[in-house]
Amino acid sequence: MTEMPASAHPAPQDSGPTQAADSSPVVAFHNVSIGFEGPPVLQDVGFSIAPGETRILLGPAGVGKSVLLKLINGLLRPDQGSILLFGQEIATMREELLFALRTRTGMVFQEGALFDSLTVRDNVAYQLIQERVPDDEIDARVHQALKFVELDETFDLYPGSLSGGMRRRVAIARALIHRPELILYDSPTGGLDPVTSTTIIELVMKQRDVYRTPSILVTHRLQDAFTLCTHRFDSEQGHMVPLPKGETDPNTTFLMLEEGRLIFDGSIHELLHTDNKFVREFLE
Amino acid sequence: MALEAIERAAKSIVLTVQDYSLFSYRAVMNLFHPPRYWTDFLIQSNIIGVGSTTIVLLSGFFTGGVLALQSAATLSEFGATAVTGRFVSLTMIRELGPVLTGIMVAGRNASSMASELGSMVVTEQIDAMRALGVDPMRKLVTPRLFACISMLFFLTILADAFGIAGGGFVTVVMNHQNGTQYFSMAWEHLRYPDIVQGLVKPLVSGFLIASIGCFYGMRTTGGTEGVGRSTIDAVVFSSVMIIFFDFLLTQVLLTVFPPL
Repeated sequence: MTEMPASAHPAPQDSGPTQAADSSPVVAFHNVSIGFEGPPVLQDVGFSIAPGETRILLGPAGVGKSVLLKLINGLLRPDQGSILLFGQEIATMREELLFALRTRTGMVFQEGALFDSLTVRDNVAYQLIQERVPDDEIDARVHQALKFVELDETFDLYPGSLSGGMRRRVAIARALIHRPELILYDSPTGGLDPVTSTTIIELVMKQRDVYRTPSILVTHRLQDAFTLCTHRFDSEQGHMVPLPKGETDPNTTFLMLEEGRLIFDGSIHELLHTDNKFVREFLE
Repeated sequence: MALEAIERAAKSIVLTVQDYSLFSYRAVMNLFHPPRYWTDFLIQSNIIGVGSTTIVLLSGFFTGGVLALQSAATLSEFGATAVTGRFVSLTMIRELGPVLTGIMVAGRNASSMASELGSMVVTEQIDAMRALGVDPMRKLVTPRLFACISMLFFLTILADAFGIAGGGFVTVVMNHQNGTQYFSMAWEHLRYPDIVQGLVKPLVSGFLIASIGCFYGMRTTGGTEGVGRSTIDAVVFSSVMIIFFDFLLTQVLLTVFPPL
């Protein structure tokens, strides 16, 4: 794995008025509910993401995991409850103000959501192009981001000519290029073969362990979740290595949804020893 | 039960009209506040304007030709074939040029806007754009709206010119009448109100085509099937609205500029 050069990894954050204090959560949900037509999708959900923390959101398909992720950066508005992102209430924030706040987050969508009429270079550089960053700097930063996901050779290609796994990796490069303070991964390994899934999880782990960026990862694949908990990224060897037996990553914790309600919030140890019937069935 | 169904349908229509009005208002107002995407405006002007030129020229030319054929047959009964040029030019400039151009552009571009934006919605590209801090209304809708309005204006002028030329071609080559007489009749009886009437309509049609095309595209749901449905709705509603607003505008403009 290629290291992301210093200029492309999260820069030290300014302590401006909009910046969440070091100890305060990056994201905080309080009694959040949302519904569309029909029964509510999420009910009274409350949790938080601390700085440097990686939260893994588990649950079967259709339980509201992606909806929860889209609530975090204001792509959806809750019907009730409060959502704090970087210390700012976003549940009632005007869309124009949200655009600025969203640039501080990176999001990897389920199928990548790459712009199919743009090249990989323009996809990855999308935010930089909007900010009128000079072309030379854009090219350099795109190369760095693509090297990070080991896809530098795709620079001039269109998304249509990439495989599913490559598209997800390009989407990760797009989410990371702007040095986000929070990363949202929406089922980044869904529908991929085990080898490609491991590559993606290794990238998530690398971002977690090398750059300490807080994140939330939605998945229904237990294997990916446990790999993240039981491995760390070794920068010297350039790949992930298992933690000593019995040890887990203390900053990687779990959330679990059932029928729109948050039924579990805790560590892997607590997850494995919970009495909750639904969690046990899910794990088995 | 029947009453409930009617109530639901009525509410749905009112809600759609409300959503469309707010959508159009936002799309227009975006022009008055930065950021403005002028490059996207130029790209869309090229796609809508240059891309539609061929179909607009051909439909204009043949419509003018058909008008000349039909009118000459009727006018000859009264010995008035000399006014063919006047008939063709007035009909093209006041009515057929704007309406036909609008419908041709709607068929080509309202469908492409609805399907392009609809595909972006169902593949989460619109959400991705918002997540990257870019307003899709500003980036995608407003440039299409103003490109369509401005290009339809010029396309209508071209359609009018080629319609009159098509009428002239039929008059001279097929009806063996005097070309100078045709063109002088076409020119001499034109008044400014005729031209104003013909050039106000494409501004409204351009607005309808782009706003309806983008509106249906941006509210697409239901995967690829939904994209197909949005495309059909966009073409059908924009075409019907062009004809409906043509009727309204003709009433208003005939009141403002009464015929001599």
